[in-house]
Amino acid sequence: MRAAYAIAAVLVIATLPRLAPWLQFVLTLAIAKGFAALGVAVLLRAGLISIGHAMFFAVSAYGVAFLARAGVGDLATLLVLSVLTAALTGAVVGAFLIRYRAIFFAMLNLAVSMVFYALFAKLYGVTGGSDGLVVPIPSVFGAALDEPAFMRILFYLSLTLMVLVGLAVHRYLDSPLGHALSAVHTNEIRLEYLGIPVWAVLLIAYTLSAALAGLGGAIAGFAIGRVVPEFAFWTASGHLVLIAVLGGIGGVPGAFIGALFLEMVHTAAVTVTDAWNLIVGAALIAVIMFMPKGLYGLVAREEGTKR
Amino acid sequence: MSNTVIPLLLDSLASAALIFFAAVGLTLVFSVLRVLNVAHGSLYSIGAYVAASIGLFIASRQLSPYLSFAALLCSAVFVAALFGPLIERTLIRWTYGKSEAVQILITFGLFLILEDLQRMIFGVQSLYEDAPVRLLGTSQIGGVVYLNYQLLLIGLAVIVVIGLRMLVRHTRLGRLITAVVADREMAQSIGIDTNRIFILAFSLGVFLAALGGALAMPTSGVAPGLGADTMVLAFAVAAIGGLGQIEGAAVASLIVGLARVLAIYYVPSLDAVAPYAAMLIVLLIRPYGLFGSVSARKI
Repeated sequence: MRAAYAIAAVLVIATLPRLAPWLQFVLTLAIAKGFAALGVAVLLRAGLISIGHAMFFAVSAYGVAFLARAGVGDLATLLVLSVLTAALTGAVVGAFLIRYRAIFFAMLNLAVSMVFYALFAKLYGVTGGSDGLVVPIPSVFGAALDEPAFMRILFYLSLTLMVLVGLAVHRYLDSPLGHALSAVHTNEIRLEYLGIPVWAVLLIAYTLSAALAGLGGAIAGFAIGRVVPEFAFWTASGHLVLIAVLGGIGGVPGAFIGALFLEMVHTAAVTVTDAWNLIVGAALIAVIMFMPKGLYGLVAREEGTKR
Repeated sequence: MSNTVIPLLLDSLASAALIFFAAVGLTLVFSVLRVLNVAHGSLYSIGAYVAASIGLFIASRQLSPYLSFAALLCSAVFVAALFGPLIERTLIRWTYGKSEAVQILITFGLFLILEDLQRMIFGVQSLYEDAPVRLLGTSQIGGVVYLNYQLLLIGLAVIVVIGLRMLVRHTRLGRLITAVVADREMAQSIGIDTNRIFILAFSLGVFLAALGGALAMPTSGVAPGLGADTMVLAFAVAAIGGLGQIEGAAVASLIVGLARVLAIYYVPSLDAVAPYAAMLIVLLIRPYGLFGSVSARKI
């Protein structure tokens, strides 16, 4: 039943831009943020809240811009290399940060991400300062494309990746390695007694979450065509946590539901009011207070009662 | 040698004073309520906006410019009286005993709301009213010209550190706060009204935040985004000093101030990185901050 919902949802998303072309950009960006929020949600399973994941989002987007400037012009190569860059950065940063818990984990992520932000903004010669860098339109399997064609390909590629990566992450969360994450949250010491190295569980999760954020960042960089230091600012990281919680950290779909919902509401709201943050902030507080399982929790709970 | 050292130290002190005002409220609130208030930076910038508005009003009515000093203090009191009890009673109280993730998210939601409210009320242009700076004039120390206002801020920061210490150690309220910090349940069971302590402590934190914003406004003005920038700086300082350690925040402000000034003197492009780099180095070596400890938490 749940699979049927998911397939229906993906089909609806796939056809929407054919009906309303302006939605294509909104949806691409929503999926990009969904990937990053999924990364945050993976860590939230272990009870670790990161207010810094926008750094991997930005690292990957800058990676694309740098590689493009160095002459790499193929979409697939750029995506793979930039995601690897984000994963590698995540592995290095994670190796230091997974020792910490709770507020200290949150704050150290914040600190590292702000170092990245400040470097992106200040190293004018390398990163273009606050103007950022242009992300050119890459070729796809050797074919040079114009902008509309590339954006269409990018959208359907993102959608396909959302399904494939989503399934893979679902498998991961359902594996012993994934279940160990919730065990870290419940009782870390018991896990150590069982002979499971907590640091390895967390380092794998952290690297994976960085790679997911990186995938989102690369897609966002392509879709926007420019990468700026604000990609890494702490409020961007806060928004990723917000999306993850809004959607519900119970499962993979939550992050994407949260991102799609937020981007759609944003698109609708900006035509009426500019008090967008106020709406989001109030919604966040309401969701946490009254529906702790998030939007996805509404669906998931229904399923639970049927059984 | 001394030609560079004295201005460098004075610059660091002046910078540290402003940084201290941004961070002390955050660390005070954390020590008593054990809640990391992500909206702290917004309360700081609201203080700055209110101070700038009152200052501009005084200037437009041609009232005595000396009133602008009173305006700085009044705006902080006003913001604290308005927001302190309101936020603590509605949002913060709900998060007691919940996980840090929930506390951070609730206050992040509050941050988003307050940022937009400021934009709607005060607009997007930057406000600036430097009457207090102009009135105090300048003085020359070691061949370098300083704003007397900056020197005043250093004095005020010292007074606030000593004042908070006196409050905690030598007053009835301070002893009640200490009791609540040491053991919330035990304090409750011997008849201390913890709810009242929480409201008072949170409002005091809001007051310090708003005062910091108000005091910084005459030198640097206030513009959208100030709240978000202040927040991370306050985080960094509070974390370096050890969350909940007021003296720790003072020492951390000196460290960050010095790091920043050194960066400005020698590697100007890295001045924005300095506070976070200092925070990273300290936290990687001492995760609980310079004055923090795992179990015993004092203020």
